Amino acid sequence: MKENKDILDKTLKRKHKLQAKDVKVFYDDFMAIKGIDMNIRANKITAFIGPSGCGKSTFLRLFNRMNDYVDGFRMEGEILIDGENIYKKKVNVEQLRKQVGMVFQKPNPFPKSIYENVAYGLKIQGIKDKAFLKDKVEESLKQVGLWNEVKEDINKSALALSGGQQQRLCIARTLAVEPSIILMDEPTSALDPISTAKIEELIYQLKEKYTIVIVTHNMQQAGRISDYTAFFYMGELIEYDKSKKLFTNPEKQQTENYITGRFG
Amino acid sequence: MNNIRTNRLKDQAFKFWGIACTFLGLILLTIFIGSILIDGLQRIDWDFITSLPSRKAERAGIYTALMGSVWILVFTTIIALPLGIAAAIYLEEYAKESRLSSLLEINISNLAGVPSIIYGLLGLEVFVRIMEMGASVLAGSFTLALLILPIVIVATRESLKAVPKSIRDASFALGASKWQTVSQQLLPASFGGILTGVILALSRAVGETAPLIVIGALAYVPFAPESPMDEFSVLPIQIFNWISRPKHGFEVNAAAAIIVLLLITFILNGIAVYFRNRWQSKLK
Repeated sequence: MKENKDILDKTLKRKHKLQAKDVKVFYDDFMAIKGIDMNIRANKITAFIGPSGCGKSTFLRLFNRMNDYVDGFRMEGEILIDGENIYKKKVNVEQLRKQVGMVFQKPNPFPKSIYENVAYGLKIQGIKDKAFLKDKVEESLKQVGLWNEVKEDINKSALALSGGQQQRLCIARTLAVEPSIILMDEPTSALDPISTAKIEELIYQLKEKYTIVIVTHNMQQAGRISDYTAFFYMGELIEYDKSKKLFTNPEKQQTENYITGRFG
Repeated sequence: MNNIRTNRLKDQAFKFWGIACTFLGLILLTIFIGSILIDGLQRIDWDFITSLPSRKAERAGIYTALMGSVWILVFTTIIALPLGIAAAIYLEEYAKESRLSSLLEINISNLAGVPSIIYGLLGLEVFVRIMEMGASVLAGSFTLALLILPIVIVATRESLKAVPKSIRDASFALGASKWQTVSQQLLPASFGGILTGVILALSRAVGETAPLIVIGALAYVPFAPESPMDEFSVLPIQIFNWISRPKHGFEVNAAAAIIVLLLITFILNGIAVYFRNRWQSKLK
């Protein structure tokens, strides 16, 4: 009996890469997240949608503890990654962030060369082996389809790249550290449609190896690339289901109103 | 209609007033520099720069004062730079918003407004007497370092603030610690701005006279300092001393020394402007 339970636990763990248990977030007295329970599956793309200020970005940033530096931030409840609570005292936040990468809304390359951008995450881990770094940079740039575009200019400033290229560089920089989870906070909202299409295609390929959570304001995008979609409103998780189901046949009236553009 | 015309007139009037104000300062400065150049330029030669002070105006040179200024400049930099930058990094990146940190902030801006002679008195008591450094290069450097510390701190904080938050986010998200983010991203990105602030602060220090007179810097030093514990003079004190003498020859000397001092500050400011421009174009 006990053995069965263990096996069940393990499979659940494998399926549920990220878990939130009764999570509440406060900024001073303001309650930004009002008690959310959620399980996010491994090797799937999960999209967070909802109007501005609904708490989806705050919720996303809980998984790599990027809210820690925000003044007045306080959290209750548990966030588990592979069954481990990442808000326990002895958790090493730097180590956690190597496992949980993040891509931001606006492309934010460092004002350094393309090479230095990708190698940074490895160098700060103390890796100095030049040949290893070079291989890793090439591999990461190939993964995001940027290698052929930049291999001649690898030592030139990353700021000379186009917006779309910069964002792919930021994804490459994240991949170089070999995370298992990638959080994306509206990664295409500052890009033109062609660059957006490239990034979406890339995200779709990445789910084979990574668990991806993406915040987006673009409903079509959520529908196109995600396996699961969660709808947030006023700090609460209103509905969470397979994307196909949520976008075609939502359970809740609020969800339907939002996805059909009647509010938000 | 009438209203539009008066508005336009007022506009024009203000424009000319503004131009006049701008030129007033520039014209005065030009007259000043012009008269200095006429008085002093013929006196400047290699001998003037390399000669020791003398009672005879035509044989006196600025060597000891110039070397004193260089020594002071070097040691002030060595002392003020690490202190100021470290304090700024702490206040900007590490300190949480609290009553203590806002108290610190207010006091640092207050310090920037304290008259320099007060710093001289502080230096006299603390460095010359209590720490028994005497009227040495080191005591002078510590005093001037304190004087420019607030400027260095404020300039460094402004440059750190100018680094976009997204750079910090990116660095932290890749697993960098705070110190790694500061040392490998923020300081390199704000280097130009910090350098500009430091150089401007130093060009102020090089012109300071009062605090050094208070701590006992001498107007007449027969030799250039050879160690940080030696007595010293600096260019502004030398100028002050020459001006106060009755003989015309010394007035000429003073004018010549002023040209040298101005040249040093202009060069320092020029370097600052150069780095600021390069830094700005790099951020874009």
